[in-house]
Amino acid sequence: MHPTPPELVIEGSARIGDTPIFGPLRLCMPAGRWTCLLGPSGVGKTTLLRLLAGVDDVTDFTGTITASDGLALPGRMALMAQGDLLMPWLDVLGNVTLGARLRGAPRDKERALAMLNRVGLGEHARKTPEALSGGQRQRVALARTLMEDRPIVLLDEPFSALDARTRAQMQDLSAEHLMGRTVLMVTHDPAEAARLGDAIHILSESGLTDFTPPQGAPPRPVDDTETLAAQGRLLALLRAPAMP
Amino acid sequence: MSRLVTIVTSTTLALVLWQGLVTLADLPAFILPGPGRVFETLWASRALIAHHATITGAEVLLGLALGAVLGGFSAIGLAASPMARRLIRPMMVFSQAIPVFALAPILTLWLGYGLWSKVAMALLIIYFPVTSAFFDALMRTPQHWLDLGRIMGANRHRLMWHIRVPAALPGFASGLRLAAVYAPIGAIIGEWVGASKGLGYLMLLANGRAKIDLMFAALIVLALLTLLLHAGVDRACRKWLDGKAARHGPA
Repeated sequence: MHPTPPELVIEGSARIGDTPIFGPLRLCMPAGRWTCLLGPSGVGKTTLLRLLAGVDDVTDFTGTITASDGLALPGRMALMAQGDLLMPWLDVLGNVTLGARLRGAPRDKERALAMLNRVGLGEHARKTPEALSGGQRQRVALARTLMEDRPIVLLDEPFSALDARTRAQMQDLSAEHLMGRTVLMVTHDPAEAARLGDAIHILSESGLTDFTPPQGAPPRPVDDTETLAAQGRLLALLRAPAMP
Repeated sequence: MSRLVTIVTSTTLALVLWQGLVTLADLPAFILPGPGRVFETLWASRALIAHHATITGAEVLLGLALGAVLGGFSAIGLAASPMARRLIRPMMVFSQAIPVFALAPILTLWLGYGLWSKVAMALLIIYFPVTSAFFDALMRTPQHWLDLGRIMGANRHRLMWHIRVPAALPGFASGLRLAAVYAPIGAIIGEWVGASKGLGYLMLLANGRAKIDLMFAALIVLALLTLLLHAGVDRACRKWLDGKAARHGPA
Protein backbone atom coordinates (compact mmCIF):
# COMPACT_ATOMS: atom_id res chain seq x y z
CA MET A 1 0.00 0.00 0.00
CA HIS A 2 2.26 2.73 -1.28
CA PRO A 3 0.11 5.89 -1.52
CA THR A 4 -1.20 7.32 1.73
CA PRO A 5 -4.96 6.76 1.86
CA PRO A 6 -6.97 10.00 1.75
CA GLU A 7 -9.92 11.09 3.80
CA LEU A 8 -13.16 10.96 1.84
CA VAL A 9 -16.16 13.23 2.20
CA ILE A 10 -19.48 12.82 0.47
CA GLU A 11 -21.88 15.70 0.90
CA GLY A 12 -25.20 16.14 -0.83
CA SER A 13 -28.48 14.46 -1.64
CA ALA A 14 -29.61 11.86 -4.11
CA ARG A 15 -32.82 11.16 -5.99
CA ILE A 16 -33.99 8.99 -8.85
CA GLY A 17 -36.49 11.03 -10.83
CA ASP A 18 -38.90 12.43 -8.24
CA THR A 19 -38.09 9.81 -5.59
CA PRO A 20 -35.62 10.98 -2.97
CA ILE A 21 -33.06 8.29 -2.11
CA PHE A 22 -31.29 10.08 0.72
CA GLY A 23 -31.67 13.63 1.94
CA PRO A 24 -28.94 16.21 2.39
CA LEU A 25 -26.19 14.57 4.43
CA ARG A 26 -22.49 14.78 5.05
CA LEU A 27 -20.48 11.62 5.59
CA CYS A 28 -16.80 11.83 6.39
CA MET A 29 -14.59 8.77 6.10
CA PRO A 30 -11.34 9.46 8.00
CA ALA A 31 -8.09 8.60 6.27
CA GLY A 32 -6.80 5.11 6.93
CA ARG A 33 -9.77 4.26 9.13
CA TRP A 34 -12.70 1.88 8.98
CA THR A 35 -16.05 3.66 8.66
CA CYS A 36 -19.25 1.65 9.09
CA LEU A 37 -22.50 2.82 7.56
CA LEU A 38 -25.32 0.97 9.24
CA GLY A 39 -28.95 1.05 8.26
CA PRO A 40 -32.03 -0.92 7.31
CA SER A 41 -32.59 -2.03 3.73
CA GLY A 42 -33.81 0.59 1.29
CA VAL A 43 -32.41 3.78 2.86
CA GLY A 44 -29.82 4.30 0.16
CA LYS A 45 -26.69 2.79 1.75
CA THR A 46 -25.74 0.90 -1.36
CA THR A 47 -26.61 3.88 -3.57
CA LEU A 48 -24.24 6.02 -1.52
CA LEU A 49 -21.50 3.45 -1.92
CA ARG A 50 -22.11 3.12 -5.67
CA LEU A 51 -22.04 6.90 -6.04
CA LEU A 52 -18.67 6.96 -4.29
CA ALA A 53 -17.45 4.22 -6.58
CA GLY A 54 -18.62 6.16 -9.62
CA VAL A 55 -20.70 3.31 -11.02
CA ASP A 56 -24.20 4.69 -10.41
CA ASP A 57 -25.58 5.95 -13.72
CA VAL A 58 -29.25 6.31 -12.77
CA THR A 59 -29.24 8.36 -9.57
CA ASP A 60 -29.22 12.16 -9.65
CA PHE A 61 -26.67 13.20 -7.05
CA THR A 62 -26.43 16.84 -6.08
CA GLY A 63 -23.34 17.55 -4.05
CA THR A 64 -19.69 16.78 -3.88
CA ILE A 65 -17.46 13.78 -3.34
CA THR A 66 -13.95 14.82 -2.39
CA ALA A 67 -10.71 13.21 -1.33
CA SER A 68 -8.44 15.10 1.08
CA ASP A 69 -5.48 14.81 -1.27
CA GLY A 70 -7.47 16.48 -4.04
CA LEU A 71 -6.90 13.61 -6.48
CA ALA A 72 -9.63 11.97 -8.52
CA LEU A 73 -11.15 8.79 -7.17
CA PRO A 74 -11.39 6.43 -10.18
CA GLY A 75 -8.64 3.84 -10.14
CA ARG A 76 -8.03 4.22 -6.42
CA MET A 77 -10.77 1.97 -5.09
CA ALA A 78 -11.48 -1.70 -4.62
CA LEU A 79 -14.86 -3.29 -3.96
CA MET A 80 -15.98 -6.30 -1.97
CA ALA A 81 -19.70 -6.76 -2.37
CA GLN A 82 -22.65 -8.85 -1.30
CA GLY A 83 -21.85 -12.40 -2.15
CA ASP A 84 -18.31 -12.99 -3.32
CA LEU A 85 -18.70 -12.00 -7.01
CA LEU A 86 -16.32 -14.71 -8.12
CA MET A 87 -16.54 -15.50 -11.84
CA PRO A 88 -17.53 -19.18 -12.10
CA TRP A 89 -15.73 -19.60 -15.42
CA LEU A 90 -12.35 -18.64 -13.95
CA ASP A 91 -10.35 -20.66 -11.47
CA VAL A 92 -9.30 -19.18 -8.14
CA LEU A 93 -6.05 -17.74 -9.51
CA GLY A 94 -7.92 -16.30 -12.50
CA ASN A 95 -10.36 -14.63 -10.14
CA VAL A 96 -7.60 -13.11 -8.04
CA THR A 97 -5.95 -11.68 -11.16
CA LEU A 98 -9.27 -10.50 -12.64
CA GLY A 99 -8.36 -6.82 -12.29
CA ALA A 100 -5.26 -7.18 -14.46
CA ARG A 101 -7.25 -9.14 -17.04
CA LEU A 102 -9.90 -6.40 -17.14
CA ARG A 103 -7.30 -3.66 -17.57
CA GLY A 104 -5.37 -5.60 -20.19
CA ALA A 105 -2.35 -5.58 -17.89
CA PRO A 106 0.07 -8.48 -17.39
CA ARG A 107 -1.11 -10.91 -14.73
CA ASP A 108 1.30 -11.23 -11.84
CA LYS A 109 0.71 -14.84 -10.86
CA GLU A 110 3.40 -14.96 -8.20
CA ARG A 111 1.91 -12.02 -6.36
CA ALA A 112 -1.56 -13.55 -6.72
CA LEU A 113 -0.27 -16.77 -5.15
CA ALA A 114 1.28 -14.75 -2.35
CA MET A 115 -2.10 -13.08 -1.73
CA LEU A 116 -3.81 -16.46 -1.71
CA ASN A 117 -1.24 -17.68 0.80
CA ARG A 118 -1.96 -14.67 2.99
CA VAL A 119 -5.62 -15.67 3.21
CA GLY A 120 -4.68 -19.34 3.64
CA LEU A 121 -5.80 -20.61 0.24
CA GLY A 122 -2.45 -21.17 -1.48
CA GLU A 123 -3.29 -24.81 -2.22
CA HIS A 124 -6.59 -24.01 -3.88
CA ALA A 125 -5.28 -21.78 -6.68
CA ARG A 126 -6.35 -24.11 -9.49
CA LYS A 127 -9.80 -24.97 -8.16
CA THR A 128 -13.00 -23.50 -9.54
CA PRO A 129 -15.05 -21.33 -7.17
CA GLU A 130 -17.76 -24.05 -7.06
CA ALA A 131 -15.29 -26.38 -5.39
CA LEU A 132 -14.89 -24.03 -2.43
CA SER A 133 -17.01 -23.39 0.66
CA GLY A 134 -18.72 -20.05 1.20
CA GLY A 135 -16.03 -18.91 3.61
CA GLN A 136 -13.24 -19.94 1.25
CA ARG A 137 -14.90 -18.11 -1.63
CA GLN A 138 -15.13 -14.96 0.45
CA ARG A 139 -11.42 -15.32 1.24
CA VAL A 140 -10.70 -15.50 -2.48
CA ALA A 141 -12.67 -12.25 -2.83
CA LEU A 142 -10.49 -10.73 -0.10
CA ALA A 143 -7.33 -11.91 -1.89
CA ARG A 144 -8.66 -10.31 -5.09
CA THR A 145 -9.26 -7.06 -3.19
CA LEU A 146 -5.75 -7.15 -1.71
CA MET A 147 -4.35 -7.88 -5.16
CA GLU A 148 -5.87 -4.60 -6.36
CA ASP A 149 -3.86 -2.85 -3.64
CA ARG A 150 -6.00 0.29 -3.54
CA PRO A 151 -5.90 2.94 -0.78
CA ILE A 152 -9.72 3.04 -0.61
CA VAL A 153 -11.80 -0.09 -0.08
CA LEU A 154 -15.58 -0.24 -0.34
CA LEU A 155 -17.35 -3.11 1.38
CA ASP A 156 -21.01 -3.66 0.56
CA GLU A 157 -22.36 -6.17 3.09
CA PRO A 158 -19.67 -8.61 2.00
CA PHE A 159 -20.22 -11.14 4.76
CA SER A 160 -24.00 -11.10 5.03
CA ALA A 161 -24.39 -14.54 3.45
CA LEU A 162 -21.92 -16.31 5.76
CA ASP A 163 -22.71 -18.26 8.90
CA ALA A 164 -21.87 -16.58 12.21
CA ARG A 165 -18.58 -18.37 12.79
CA THR A 166 -17.24 -17.86 9.27
CA ARG A 167 -18.44 -14.25 9.33
CA ALA A 168 -16.43 -13.53 12.49
CA GLN A 169 -13.36 -15.15 10.91
CA MET A 170 -13.73 -13.08 7.75
CA GLN A 171 -14.16 -9.92 9.82
CA ASP A 172 -10.90 -10.62 11.63
CA LEU A 173 -9.05 -11.48 8.43
CA SER A 174 -10.36 -8.42 6.57
CA ALA A 175 -9.61 -6.07 9.46
CA GLU A 176 -6.07 -7.44 9.64
CA HIS A 177 -5.35 -7.12 5.93
CA LEU A 178 -7.21 -3.90 5.17
CA MET A 179 -5.68 -2.07 8.14
CA GLY A 180 -4.41 1.39 7.26
CA ARG A 181 -6.69 1.84 4.24
CA THR A 182 -9.68 4.13 4.07
CA VAL A 183 -12.54 1.66 4.31
CA LEU A 184 -16.27 2.25 3.97
CA MET A 185 -18.34 -0.73 5.06
CA VAL A 186 -22.04 -0.73 4.37
CA THR A 187 -23.83 -3.21 6.61
CA HIS A 188 -27.19 -3.96 8.20
CA ASP A 189 -25.60 -5.96 10.99
CA PRO A 190 -25.14 -3.99 14.26
CA ALA A 191 -22.70 -6.61 15.55
CA GLU A 192 -20.48 -6.13 12.52
CA ALA A 193 -20.48 -2.35 12.87
CA ALA A 194 -19.74 -2.57 16.61
CA ARG A 195 -16.80 -4.91 16.00
CA LEU A 196 -15.19 -3.16 13.07
CA GLY A 197 -16.03 0.53 13.02
CA ASP A 198 -13.49 3.22 13.87
CA ALA A 199 -16.42 5.45 13.07
CA ILE A 200 -20.06 4.33 12.96
CA HIS A 201 -22.96 6.14 11.31
CA ILE A 202 -26.57 5.13 11.05
CA LEU A 203 -28.43 5.98 7.88
CA SER A 204 -32.21 6.09 8.13
CA GLU A 205 -35.10 7.76 6.33
CA SER A 206 -34.54 10.86 8.44
CA GLY A 207 -30.82 11.17 7.72
CA LEU A 208 -27.44 10.34 9.13
CA THR A 209 -26.83 9.82 12.86
CA ASP A 210 -23.34 9.58 14.33
CA PHE A 211 -22.69 6.87 16.88
CA THR A 212 -19.76 6.74 19.24
CA PRO A 213 -17.95 3.45 18.63
CA PRO A 214 -16.82 1.28 21.54
CA GLN A 215 -13.31 1.67 23.00
CA GLY A 216 -10.53 -0.49 21.64
CA ALA A 217 -9.09 -0.95 18.21
CA PRO A 218 -11.00 -3.04 15.68
CA PRO A 219 -11.48 -5.90 15.25
CA ARG A 220 -12.94 -5.93 18.77
CA PRO A 221 -13.43 -9.32 20.44
CA VAL A 222 -16.83 -10.83 19.74
CA ASP A 223 -17.47 -11.24 23.49
CA ASP A 224 -16.19 -7.83 24.57
CA THR A 225 -18.73 -6.37 26.99
CA GLU A 226 -18.58 -2.84 25.67
CA THR A 227 -18.80 -4.02 22.05
CA LEU A 228 -21.84 -6.11 22.91
CA ALA A 229 -23.44 -3.14 24.67
CA ALA A 230 -22.75 -0.95 21.64
CA GLN A 231 -24.29 -3.62 19.43
CA GLY A 232 -27.41 -3.53 21.58
CA ARG A 233 -27.68 0.24 21.43
CA LEU A 234 -27.18 0.17 17.65
CA LEU A 235 -29.97 -2.33 17.26
CA ALA A 236 -32.24 -0.22 19.44
CA LEU A 237 -31.47 2.83 17.29
CA LEU A 238 -32.13 0.84 14.13
CA ARG A 239 -35.51 -0.25 15.46
CA ALA A 240 -36.58 3.25 16.50
CA PRO A 241 -39.38 4.23 14.11
CA ALA A 242 -38.01 7.69 13.31
CA MET A 243 -35.11 9.59 14.73
CA PRO A 244 -35.39 13.32 15.38
CA MET B 1 -29.74 -48.74 -17.74
CA SER B 2 -33.24 -47.81 -16.60
CA ARG B 3 -33.18 -45.02 -19.19
CA LEU B 4 -32.54 -47.59 -21.89
CA VAL B 5 -35.46 -49.65 -20.61
CA THR B 6 -37.69 -46.55 -20.76
CA ILE B 7 -36.64 -45.80 -24.33
CA VAL B 8 -37.18 -49.39 -25.47
CA THR B 9 -40.55 -49.57 -23.72
CA SER B 10 -41.89 -46.31 -25.13
CA THR B 11 -40.62 -47.15 -28.62
CA THR B 12 -42.30 -50.54 -28.46
CA LEU B 13 -45.50 -48.93 -27.24
CA ALA B 14 -45.44 -46.46 -30.14
CA LEU B 15 -44.90 -49.29 -32.65
CA VAL B 16 -47.74 -51.34 -31.13
CA LEU B 17 -50.10 -48.36 -31.31
CA TRP B 18 -49.05 -47.71 -34.90
CA GLN B 19 -49.60 -51.32 -35.95
CA GLY B 20 -52.85 -51.42 -33.95
CA LEU B 21 -54.16 -48.40 -35.83
CA VAL B 22 -53.28 -49.95 -39.18
CA THR B 23 -54.82 -53.30 -38.30
CA LEU B 24 -57.97 -52.07 -36.56
CA ALA B 25 -58.80 -49.40 -39.15
CA ASP B 26 -57.82 -51.80 -41.90
CA LEU B 27 -55.80 -49.10 -43.64
CA PRO B 28 -54.30 -49.89 -47.04
CA ALA B 29 -50.53 -49.61 -47.32
CA PHE B 30 -50.71 -46.56 -49.61
CA ILE B 31 -52.49 -44.60 -46.85
CA LEU B 32 -50.54 -45.78 -43.82
CA PRO B 33 -48.18 -48.74 -43.98
CA GLY B 34 -47.45 -50.68 -40.81
CA PRO B 35 -44.12 -50.36 -39.03
CA GLY B 36 -42.92 -53.72 -40.33
CA ARG B 37 -43.38 -52.66 -43.91
CA VAL B 38 -41.69 -49.29 -43.29
CA PHE B 39 -38.65 -50.91 -41.70
CA GLU B 40 -38.48 -53.41 -44.53
CA THR B 41 -38.33 -50.51 -46.99
CA LEU B 42 -35.85 -48.66 -44.77
CA TRP B 43 -33.52 -51.62 -44.91
CA ALA B 44 -34.02 -52.30 -48.62
CA SER B 45 -33.46 -48.63 -49.54
CA ARG B 46 -30.75 -48.00 -47.00
CA ALA B 47 -28.16 -46.87 -49.56
CA LEU B 48 -30.62 -44.46 -51.20
CA ILE B 49 -31.78 -43.02 -47.87
CA ALA B 50 -28.24 -42.75 -46.54
CA HIS B 51 -27.18 -40.81 -49.64
CA HIS B 52 -30.00 -38.28 -49.23
CA ALA B 53 -29.53 -38.16 -45.45
CA THR B 54 -25.88 -37.18 -45.93
CA ILE B 55 -26.94 -34.22 -48.09
CA THR B 56 -29.53 -33.05 -45.58
CA GLY B 57 -27.08 -33.59 -42.74
CA ALA B 58 -24.48 -31.40 -44.46
CA GLU B 59 -27.06 -28.65 -45.05
CA VAL B 60 -28.17 -28.74 -41.44
CA LEU B 61 -24.65 -28.73 -39.99
CA LEU B 62 -23.53 -25.86 -42.22
CA GLY B 63 -26.67 -23.87 -41.42
CA LEU B 64 -26.23 -24.54 -37.74
CA ALA B 65 -22.57 -23.52 -37.72
CA LEU B 66 -23.17 -20.34 -39.74
CA GLY B 67 -26.27 -19.49 -37.69
CA ALA B 68 -24.38 -19.96 -34.43
CA VAL B 69 -21.52 -17.72 -35.55
CA LEU B 70 -23.75 -15.07 -37.11
CA GLY B 71 -26.25 -15.14 -34.24
CA GLY B 72 -23.44 -14.99 -31.69
CA PHE B 73 -21.83 -11.91 -33.22
CA SER B 74 -25.19 -10.24 -33.83
CA ALA B 75 -26.14 -10.64 -30.18
CA ILE B 76 -22.82 -9.20 -29.03
CA GLY B 77 -23.15 -6.29 -31.46
CA LEU B 78 -26.67 -5.55 -30.27
CA ALA B 79 -25.67 -5.78 -26.62
CA ALA B 80 -22.67 -3.51 -27.17
CA SER B 81 -24.44 -0.74 -29.00
CA PRO B 82 -27.67 0.99 -27.91
CA MET B 83 -27.81 2.53 -31.38
CA ALA B 84 -27.78 -0.91 -33.01
CA ARG B 85 -30.50 -2.00 -30.59
CA ARG B 86 -32.73 0.90 -31.55
CA LEU B 87 -32.21 0.50 -35.28
CA ILE B 88 -31.83 -3.21 -35.82
CA ARG B 89 -33.96 -4.86 -33.16
CA PRO B 90 -37.30 -3.70 -34.63
CA MET B 91 -36.10 -5.03 -37.97
CA MET B 92 -35.27 -8.39 -36.43
CA VAL B 93 -38.66 -8.63 -34.75
CA PHE B 94 -40.38 -7.64 -38.01
CA SER B 95 -38.43 -10.31 -39.87
CA GLN B 96 -39.91 -12.86 -37.49
CA ALA B 97 -43.39 -11.84 -38.61
CA ILE B 98 -42.52 -13.08 -42.12
CA PRO B 99 -43.08 -16.83 -42.37
CA VAL B 100 -39.74 -18.32 -43.38
CA PHE B 101 -41.66 -20.79 -45.57
CA ALA B 102 -42.68 -17.91 -47.81
CA LEU B 103 -39.04 -17.00 -48.40
CA ALA B 104 -37.99 -20.46 -49.54
CA PRO B 105 -38.88 -19.97 -53.24
CA ILE B 106 -37.00 -16.66 -53.31
CA LEU B 107 -33.94 -18.18 -51.70
CA THR B 108 -34.04 -20.95 -54.29
CA LEU B 109 -34.26 -18.32 -57.00
CA TRP B 110 -31.32 -16.42 -55.57
CA LEU B 111 -29.06 -19.25 -54.50
CA GLY B 112 -30.05 -21.99 -56.92
CA TYR B 113 -31.26 -25.56 -56.43
CA GLY B 114 -28.09 -26.73 -54.73
CA LEU B 115 -26.87 -26.88 -51.16
CA TRP B 116 -26.73 -23.19 -50.33
CA SER B 117 -30.41 -22.30 -50.60
CA LYS B 118 -31.09 -24.99 -47.97
CA VAL B 119 -28.22 -23.84 -45.78
CA ALA B 120 -29.67 -20.33 -45.99
CA MET B 121 -33.11 -21.62 -44.97
CA ALA B 122 -31.67 -23.46 -41.98
CA LEU B 123 -29.67 -20.36 -41.06
CA LEU B 124 -32.69 -18.06 -41.35
CA ILE B 125 -34.83 -20.27 -39.18
CA ILE B 126 -32.28 -20.52 -36.35
CA TYR B 127 -30.79 -17.02 -36.52
CA PHE B 128 -33.47 -15.37 -34.41
CA PRO B 129 -33.66 -17.93 -31.58
CA VAL B 130 -29.87 -18.01 -31.25
CA THR B 131 -29.47 -14.23 -31.37
CA SER B 132 -32.40 -13.64 -29.09
CA ALA B 133 -31.40 -16.14 -26.39
CA PHE B 134 -27.78 -14.92 -26.32
CA PHE B 135 -28.77 -11.25 -26.47
CA ASP B 136 -31.21 -11.61 -23.56
CA ALA B 137 -28.50 -13.28 -21.49
CA LEU B 138 -25.99 -10.55 -22.42
CA MET B 139 -28.42 -7.90 -21.18
CA ARG B 140 -28.89 -9.66 -17.85
CA THR B 141 -25.32 -9.61 -16.53
CA PRO B 142 -25.57 -9.29 -12.74
CA GLN B 143 -25.14 -5.61 -11.85
CA HIS B 144 -22.62 -6.43 -9.13
CA TRP B 145 -20.27 -8.05 -11.63
CA LEU B 146 -20.46 -5.00 -13.86
CA ASP B 147 -19.84 -2.67 -10.90
CA LEU B 148 -16.83 -4.73 -9.87
CA GLY B 149 -15.45 -4.67 -13.41
CA ARG B 150 -15.88 -0.92 -13.74
CA ILE B 151 -14.28 -0.23 -10.36
CA MET B 152 -11.37 -2.42 -11.45
CA GLY B 153 -10.94 -0.11 -14.42
CA ALA B 154 -12.35 -2.20 -17.28
CA ASN B 155 -13.41 -0.36 -20.41
CA ARG B 156 -16.64 -1.33 -22.20
CA HIS B 157 -14.81 -3.59 -24.60
CA ARG B 158 -13.07 -5.64 -21.90
CA LEU B 159 -16.21 -5.67 -19.75
CA MET B 160 -17.95 -7.28 -22.72
CA TRP B 161 -15.33 -9.94 -23.47
CA HIS B 162 -14.27 -10.82 -19.96
CA ILE B 163 -17.54 -10.54 -18.05
CA ARG B 164 -20.68 -10.13 -20.12
CA VAL B 165 -19.93 -12.74 -22.80
CA PRO B 166 -18.72 -15.52 -20.48
CA ALA B 167 -21.60 -14.82 -18.11
CA ALA B 168 -24.07 -15.13 -21.00
CA LEU B 169 -22.73 -18.36 -22.52
CA PRO B 170 -25.41 -20.52 -20.86
CA GLY B 171 -28.00 -18.37 -22.67
CA PHE B 172 -26.14 -18.88 -25.94
CA ALA B 173 -26.21 -22.61 -25.21
CA SER B 174 -29.98 -22.67 -24.78
CA GLY B 175 -30.31 -20.85 -28.10
CA LEU B 176 -28.12 -23.47 -29.78
CA ARG B 177 -30.17 -26.31 -28.31
CA LEU B 178 -33.30 -24.83 -29.87
CA ALA B 179 -31.39 -24.28 -33.11
CA ALA B 180 -30.43 -27.96 -33.28
CA VAL B 181 -34.12 -28.84 -33.47
CA TYR B 182 -35.11 -26.02 -35.84
CA ALA B 183 -32.27 -26.28 -38.34
CA PRO B 184 -33.46 -29.57 -39.93
CA ILE B 185 -36.92 -28.02 -40.41
CA GLY B 186 -35.32 -25.20 -42.39
CA ALA B 187 -33.33 -27.56 -44.57
CA ILE B 188 -36.39 -29.72 -45.29
CA ILE B 189 -38.50 -26.70 -46.28
CA GLY B 190 -35.73 -25.69 -48.64
CA GLU B 191 -35.65 -29.15 -50.17
CA TRP B 192 -39.41 -29.23 -50.62
CA VAL B 193 -39.42 -26.03 -52.58
CA GLY B 194 -36.75 -27.07 -55.01
CA ALA B 195 -34.06 -29.71 -54.83
CA SER B 196 -32.80 -32.85 -56.47
CA LYS B 197 -31.21 -34.30 -53.34
CA GLY B 198 -31.88 -34.61 -49.63
CA LEU B 199 -34.42 -36.29 -47.37
CA GLY B 200 -37.04 -33.59 -47.99
CA TYR B 201 -36.75 -34.15 -51.72
CA LEU B 202 -36.91 -37.93 -51.22
CA MET B 203 -40.05 -37.62 -49.07
CA LEU B 204 -41.77 -35.44 -51.63
CA LEU B 205 -40.77 -37.79 -54.42
CA ALA B 206 -41.92 -40.87 -52.53
CA ASN B 207 -45.20 -39.20 -51.64
CA GLY B 208 -45.83 -38.28 -55.26
CA ARG B 209 -45.29 -41.86 -56.35
CA ALA B 210 -47.47 -43.25 -53.57
CA LYS B 211 -44.44 -44.92 -51.97
CA ILE B 212 -45.72 -44.06 -48.53
CA ASP B 213 -43.50 -46.67 -46.90
CA LEU B 214 -40.40 -44.93 -48.31
CA MET B 215 -41.80 -41.56 -47.20
CA PHE B 216 -42.15 -42.83 -43.64
CA ALA B 217 -38.73 -44.47 -43.74
CA ALA B 218 -37.15 -41.13 -44.73
CA LEU B 219 -39.20 -39.34 -42.08
CA ILE B 220 -37.98 -41.71 -39.37
CA VAL B 221 -34.37 -41.21 -40.45
CA LEU B 222 -34.88 -37.44 -40.39
CA ALA B 223 -36.32 -37.58 -36.89
CA LEU B 224 -33.42 -39.75 -35.71
CA LEU B 225 -30.91 -37.34 -37.27
CA THR B 226 -32.55 -34.43 -35.47
CA LEU B 227 -32.50 -36.26 -32.14
CA LEU B 228 -28.84 -37.16 -32.67
CA LEU B 229 -27.98 -33.58 -33.54
CA HIS B 230 -29.80 -32.26 -30.49
CA ALA B 231 -28.03 -34.74 -28.23
CA GLY B 232 -24.67 -33.77 -29.75
CA VAL B 233 -25.26 -30.06 -29.40
CA ASP B 234 -26.56 -30.54 -25.87
CA ARG B 235 -23.45 -32.46 -24.93
CA ALA B 236 -21.12 -29.89 -26.52
CA CYS B 237 -22.97 -27.06 -24.74
CA ARG B 238 -22.67 -28.81 -21.40
CA LYS B 239 -18.97 -29.29 -21.92
CA TRP B 240 -18.00 -25.94 -23.41
CA LEU B 241 -20.63 -23.35 -22.62
CA ASP B 242 -22.69 -23.86 -19.49
CA GLY B 243 -20.58 -26.60 -17.95
CA LYS B 244 -18.24 -24.16 -16.26
CA ALA B 245 -21.01 -22.18 -14.67
CA ALA B 246 -22.96 -25.19 -13.49
CA ARG B 247 -20.34 -27.73 -12.53
CA HIS B 248 -19.99 -28.67 -8.91
CA GLY B 249 -17.33 -30.54 -7.03
CA PRO B 250 -13.55 -30.29 -7.27
CA ALA B 251 -12.15 -29.47 -10.68
